[in-house]
Amino acid sequence: MARLAVAKTYKLYLGGAFPRSESGRTYQVHDTKGSLMANAALASRKDARNAVVAARSGLAKWAGATPYNRGQVLYRVAEMLESRRADVVELIVRSRGVKAAEARAEVDAAVDRIVHYAGWTDKLSAVFGGANAVSGPYFSYSAPEPTGVVAVAASSASPLLPLVGAVLPVLAGGNTAVVVASQADPTVAVTFAEVLATSDVPAGVVNLLTGDQAEIMPWLASHGDVNGLDLTGVPADQRVALERAAADTVKRVYSPRARSGGGEPDVTAAPGTARLRAFLETKTVWHPVGAVSLAGGSAY
Amino acid sequence: MSPTSTPTGSTDAAALRAAMGLGGTDNAALRTFLDGLPAVDPVGVEARATQLATRSIKKDTKRALIDLAISMVDLTTLEGADTPGKVRNLCRKAVQPDREVAGTPSTAAVCVYPDMVAVAAEAVAGTGVKVASVATAFPAGRSSLEVKLADTRLAVEAGADEVDMVIDRGAFLAGDYATVFEQVVAVKEACGDARLKVILETGELATYDHVRRASWLALLAGGDFIKTSTGKIAPAATLPVTHVMLQAVRDLFDLTGVQRAVKPAGGIRTTKDAIAYLVAVHEVAGPQWLDPHWFRFGASGVVNDLLLQRRTQTQGHYSGPRYVSVD
Repeated sequence: MARLAVAKTYKLYLGGAFPRSESGRTYQVHDTKGSLMANAALASRKDARNAVVAARSGLAKWAGATPYNRGQVLYRVAEMLESRRADVVELIVRSRGVKAAEARAEVDAAVDRIVHYAGWTDKLSAVFGGANAVSGPYFSYSAPEPTGVVAVAASSASPLLPLVGAVLPVLAGGNTAVVVASQADPTVAVTFAEVLATSDVPAGVVNLLTGDQAEIMPWLASHGDVNGLDLTGVPADQRVALERAAADTVKRVYSPRARSGGGEPDVTAAPGTARLRAFLETKTVWHPVGAVSLAGGSAY
Repeated sequence: MSPTSTPTGSTDAAALRAAMGLGGTDNAALRTFLDGLPAVDPVGVEARATQLATRSIKKDTKRALIDLAISMVDLTTLEGADTPGKVRNLCRKAVQPDREVAGTPSTAAVCVYPDMVAVAAEAVAGTGVKVASVATAFPAGRSSLEVKLADTRLAVEAGADEVDMVIDRGAFLAGDYATVFEQVVAVKEACGDARLKVILETGELATYDHVRRASWLALLAGGDFIKTSTGKIAPAATLPVTHVMLQAVRDLFDLTGVQRAVKPAGGIRTTKDAIAYLVAVHEVAGPQWLDPHWFRFGASGVVNDLLLQRRTQTQGHYSGPRYVSVD
C-alpha cells in the first residue's frame, strides 16, 4: 500500500513552545515551481504581544547567566544546526530553487557565524569595557550590559544566514529576542527555532513569529516593553515610521544602510562588531581610589 | 421563632430558609436539603464554561469591561510579611490604580489581615474604597468557634466593611453540615453591618456537587457573598466552579427574589481571564450581577494587566509591566 506522507505544520515559537497563531490565521508557502510547500502561521499583533511577554520573562535568566555559560549554550546551537544540516539544505533548495552546493554553503556559513558569536560572549567586557583613565582620584570602569528585549525583523536576502546573523549577536550580548522571520522562508526559520528549542537556550530567549513584517513590526516598534529594534529586514521606505514610533519609548534602533547598489545589506560579509554593540548598554562605575590621595594629595 | 437573638441567625435568613423549604438547621434537615440538590453535570458545566470563555469581546465593550473589572477588584495582600507601609501603598493603588491615565476607576476594596484593617481603614477613609478583612483563622479555618468569632470582632471593630470567612472544610467533607452552618451564622452575627463573604475553598471540596452544596449552605446560613478560594490552595478559582456558584445565586434569586453576591479569588491573572469571568456572570447569573456590589475579583496581579490593557486601548500601543507599580 502506498504510504501517505505526513505533512508538517509550521507553527510559531513562543516561550519555548510551538503554538499556532492566536488569530488562527495561516498562509501558504510555495516553492519556486509554484507547488504548495507548507502552511505557515500568520502571526497577529497579539502573538507579538505574547512574544514580548515571553521574551521579558526569559530575560532575567539569560542576562544573569555567566558569559562563559552563554557561550557554551550558543556553541551548542551550532552543534544542533550542524546535525540538522540536511533538512535545512533541502528546505533552502526547495524554497529558493538554488543548487544544493549553494544551500550547503549558506548552512555552513550560518554554523560558522554561530560559533563566531559563541566566542564573543566572554570577550565583550574586555573589548567594549575596561578601566577608564580619568583625571581625579577615582577608579572608573565601564562594563557592557544587555539592553533587554530586542525586536528583530530578519532580512529575506536569503533564508538562513540573515536570520542567524541578526539573532546571534542579540543573544551573545545577553538580550532576548522577538524575531519576525522573513515572510518568504518560514520553513527554514521554524526549523532554526527547533534547533534553538533543542539546544539549552532557555525558554523565552528567542521567540519567532512568521508572517507579515509590515503588519507586526509597527506594534513591536511602539511597544512599551521592547528595548531595542533591529530593522535590517525592513525596506528603507518603511523604516522612518518605525524609528519614529520607537523614539516614543527611547529604544535602541539598529538600522543598517542598504548596499550602495540598493537592496538588502550584504549579510555574507564578515560580521564586524556593529551588531554586537547595537544592543549593549554601558554601565560606568566610579570609585574613590582611597585615603592616600585624599590625605596627602600625593601623585597617584 | 423569635427574632435576631436566635442561634440560627436573623429573621431574614430564617425567612429565606423557610421559603426554600429547609425544615430545620440540624444535620438531618440540612442533609435532606443539600444532598437532595440536583447533581452537577461536570462535562456539561466544563463544556459551557470553555465555550463561553471563547466569546470575542472587542472595542467599546472591551473598554467598558476593563473598567468594570477594575472596579470589581478586591485588591489583596495576605502575606506574613505585610507591613503598614505595604498596606498603605496598596490602599493608594486601590484608590487610584493608574495615576497617569485619567478616568481610571478605583477598585472595590482592599483585602488585608485583621491586624492591618485599622491601617487600611485610615488610608482609604472617605474615598469610597471598602476595607475587607479575612478572619476566622484564615486560611485553614482550623480553630475553635470562640477564636474565629474573636478574629471576626477584631476585624469589624478595627473598621472592616466586609469580612471574608473560611468554612470548616473538614466538617463539611465529614458530612457535619450543622457545624459549618452554625459557624457561618455565628460569624454573620459577629459581623454586624459588615457584609460577610463565605470562602468555600473549592480546591479542597473535590467535586462540583460539593461546591453546589457548600454554596447553598453558605447562602442559607446568611452569607452575603460566596467566594471560591483563599488563594493559598491550588487550584484556586476556576471558571466551571464559578459557574456552579453563579447558578446557585441565580437559582436563589429566581426562587425567592433575594440577590446574593459571588467572588472568585486566586488564579485570575490576565484581562482575558477577567473578561471570561464577566461573560460567565452575564450569561449564568444575569446582567444585574455586573456590578461591584454583586460580583468581585479577589486578586492583586490582574489589576496590573487590566491597567496595561486599558493603556493599550487608550494610547494605541502596547505598554509594559515597568510602567505600572509592582504591587
